[in-house]
Amino acid sequence: MLNPISVAFKKAKTENRPALLTYTVAGDSSKKQSLDILKSISKNADILELGVPHNTPVADGSQIQTSAYRAIKKGIKINDIFRIVRDFKKFDKNKPIILMGYYNMIFQYGDNNFLKKCKTSGVNGLIVVDLPWPENKDFAKKCKRKSIYFIQLLSPTTTSKRLKKIIQNSHPMNYFISMLSTTGGKLKVSPREILKNYNRIKKINPKKEIVIGFGITDKTIGKLKSADGLVVGSAICKEITRSLNSRQNPVTNVGKLVRKLKYKIK
Amino acid sequence: MKLKKKIPVIDQGNSLGFWGGKFGGNFVPETLKKPIEDLEVLFNKLKKDKKFILERDKYFQNWVGAPTRFIKLENLTNYIGGAQIWSKVVSDANGGAHKIYNATVHCLLAKRSGKKIICGDTGAGYAGKMLSMAAKKFGLKCKIFMGAKDIGRQQPNVKAMKKNGAEVIPVYSGSQTLVDAVSECMRFWVANCDTTAMCVGSTVGPAVFVRICGWSTSQISRELKAQLIDEFGSIPKKLKLYNCVGGGSSSFGFWNEFMDYDKKQVEFIGVEAGGPKKSKKHAAPLTYGSKIGILHGAAQYVNQNSDGQIEETESISAGLDYPGISPLHCFLKDTKRARYTAASDEEALSAYKLVTKFEKLRPSLEPSHAFFVALKEAKKLSKNTVVVINSCGDAYKDRGILEERLGKKYVKSN
Repeated sequence: MLNPISVAFKKAKTENRPALLTYTVAGDSSKKQSLDILKSISKNADILELGVPHNTPVADGSQIQTSAYRAIKKGIKINDIFRIVRDFKKFDKNKPIILMGYYNMIFQYGDNNFLKKCKTSGVNGLIVVDLPWPENKDFAKKCKRKSIYFIQLLSPTTTSKRLKKIIQNSHPMNYFISMLSTTGGKLKVSPREILKNYNRIKKINPKKEIVIGFGITDKTIGKLKSADGLVVGSAICKEITRSLNSRQNPVTNVGKLVRKLKYKIK
Repeated sequence: MKLKKKIPVIDQGNSLGFWGGKFGGNFVPETLKKPIEDLEVLFNKLKKDKKFILERDKYFQNWVGAPTRFIKLENLTNYIGGAQIWSKVVSDANGGAHKIYNATVHCLLAKRSGKKIICGDTGAGYAGKMLSMAAKKFGLKCKIFMGAKDIGRQQPNVKAMKKNGAEVIPVYSGSQTLVDAVSECMRFWVANCDTTAMCVGSTVGPAVFVRICGWSTSQISRELKAQLIDEFGSIPKKLKLYNCVGGGSSSFGFWNEFMDYDKKQVEFIGVEAGGPKKSKKHAAPLTYGSKIGILHGAAQYVNQNSDGQIEETESISAGLDYPGISPLHCFLKDTKRARYTAASDEEALSAYKLVTKFEKLRPSLEPSHAFFVALKEAKKLSKNTVVVINSCGDAYKDRGILEERLGKKYVKSN
């Protein structure tokens, strides 16, 4: 059976648009609410990234940090996150879910245990921010055995030689970081420049799906439409924070934002 | 797991940067892979380059001030009535602490790589102060990340940084101490690694930073070795080297040159921060058996919960207030080359009182932890045992805390 992640890309291609990937933090602002948010955006998002909150995140900007601290403060544990995934899959079993986090959380759970739980709860892919290639070789292999995509990150600083090696060894989906930034930074390079780098990567193996993330908002997403997929994370976390601060319902507000994002890439 | 002889410990990691196959490494975001590799290539080349070493030595000698004093604490020795008690007064170094060695080397490296800006983290404020001094000296723009809590409790160093023209950026996330400052500094580097060099303030972080820092602070033991031979004619038959351990930069530097001696002859004792007596929180992952985890790019023993969230620490000394510990010390612990223990806040304060009562020496709260354990153990040791404590920082920065905890006379009388 094809991984639902690949199915999602195929579907987006037949509709002549990039896949829309969203990122929200598991447990933000509560376990129930983060599940409700996933449900409210699943109609418009093609792939759902769910952040595993960590309290020393070395690659996240302030928006995602705020969401992560909020979730941790509410007491979210890894097992809760698996429960959220499982419950979501009962609601929409074909929607792919990717967990994104830092390696220490997986390491403490135990690689094999973690992957077993991923499999039984319905996780389809993993992004581990601080487990780069080649350090991730063994872990990626373990993922493959469980038919879970291990998604490699590529950055503007990744050398050509390294790009080739990473892509050669990669699973069907990879993630290109748009610019030198933590998540949610202001887009400091032009969409044209980002797409130029993207195309350079895409050429290495056109069969691999490459998504672009970091700094994408409803203002910029339309200009990057030619990519295989686009990730919006910090803008969504920011919307949750804004909603909470103005005593509005984050679930409906985030639902609306994702609908808008979808509209911009159609 | 085995410590090799005749190979510097900083070079004993495997190809992926792991000491003993499991400590250290490079758990970093992809964006940092290239800048870290560039730094590795540069450092590996320069540490073999005679001209570079001469340049380093020139700055260490004329600007940092080498060697720092090695003195006998006669009054304390008489009072304690056991081993001979000596101190390596590393706080003599320009700026008042050992952090100057690493800061100087990082600025020299930044100059060679053509970077115009250098960023760094700081806890007690010494790493930041020294980096600001070195950056000024070498014409680099300097940004220092510091936890908001530490900014409050280490004002003298904050003032010094600003005076040197550095921008001090308060970090409000998490516990607002060193751990968050390092995270924020790394995040800043992720976003600015094309123009900016990063200096990690201790022997922590991705492997190359551990190595650079250890290489830099080893100046301390190079000096001490010569001073011991000068004083005793040879390395004493029973030598015990006490040092406080936070991230582990001063202790590693204090021990490095003695690594190949049998531990029966030269014993290393690392003293971690046990925190307040009444608190369960501490900054002593080695003493209290914390599990291996990943923090700031490296695998190490680290205070964490079962889920892998890093735990908050508590210590009176901002410089030791770190949940992790250098991979080098994890390696020295597991190979049993060094012994680790902890002293509480109260014990460190009592040692400070004792040292300042008997000697013209004013160790900061960090080395006061080491003094406590050394003085306690010295009592039971023979007269021919030589105990040396690294007084790696000066208490000037701790004035506020000392006044609050011990009263005015302990600030003024010295």
